[in-house]
Amino acid sequence: MGIVSPGFTGRRGGGTDLPPGQYLTHEFPVLSAGPTPHILTDHWEFTVTTETGEKYKWDWAALTALPAEEITKDIHCVTRWSKLQTTWKGVSLDTLLADVETGADFAMAHSYGGYTTNVPLEDLLDGQSWIAYEYDGEPLHPEHGGPARLLVPHLYFWKSAKWVRGLVLSDTEDLGFWETAGYHEYGDPWKEQRYAGD
Amino acid sequence: MSDYLDGNAAAGALSELFAVDLTAAIAQCNGCGQTTVFAESRLYVDAPGMIARCAGCDTVLLRVVTTPTNTYLDLRGLTYLRIPNS
Repeated sequence: MGIVSPGFTGRRGGGTDLPPGQYLTHEFPVLSAGPTPHILTDHWEFTVTTETGEKYKWDWAALTALPAEEITKDIHCVTRWSKLQTTWKGVSLDTLLADVETGADFAMAHSYGGYTTNVPLEDLLDGQSWIAYEYDGEPLHPEHGGPARLLVPHLYFWKSAKWVRGLVLSDTEDLGFWETAGYHEYGDPWKEQRYAGD
Repeated sequence: MSDYLDGNAAAGALSELFAVDLTAAIAQCNGCGQTTVFAESRLYVDAPGMIARCAGCDTVLLRVVTTPTNTYLDLRGLTYLRIPNS
């Protein structure tokens, strides 16, 4: 037996960092439920609509003028691939929502192309989510959700809506595109919440 | 390279649900009203489920998600499917 047990060989040594039922990939698979929108940053806009109907808007210049963070996170797709230590740049939702007056508990992310996904508002705050516009040091490619996508890496990756264009805040939880078709309303990969009822 | 298949590729998954071949059915899109054989829809399979979209307007015609215990079938995007009786 070695001096160092297998449990201390480092984070990247084996499969111990993976949530249950996941396998490791070094690729970045492209999953999409429809055609890839090609949104020019000149036309891009991000809107937060509160439960009272008040709207807060950012264009591309306003988004990229905000303090950005370098983010390194593991991501986990419900189709069972996980990719470790992915690197992103984006604006924290804490920053974007700092001046938004809301008492809402839930958010629905809306994307160019019509995709939606629901996330509790508290899961978007406290350093847990970003509007990401760079991946691996490059502008985010449209097939990966560029010009900007929601990044909520502690939930299954379908929650990290590509081509995000806004959040609608609500007192009640509505379900998004995959959540209305059998996927879990919350989607914690560590609890393997893949499907409704898991 | 397109990122979708033609609707014929849905035949296998749909045959597990229906006794008739729906890919040969005439489908009307609830978004734009385009009426074509279902096989001409655009099928997205590199996704957590199978999605068929209207070739005319990209409206989602059909979603199929198979979980370990159930199959979810959403036909909201279809006004109707017309299936010959013979």
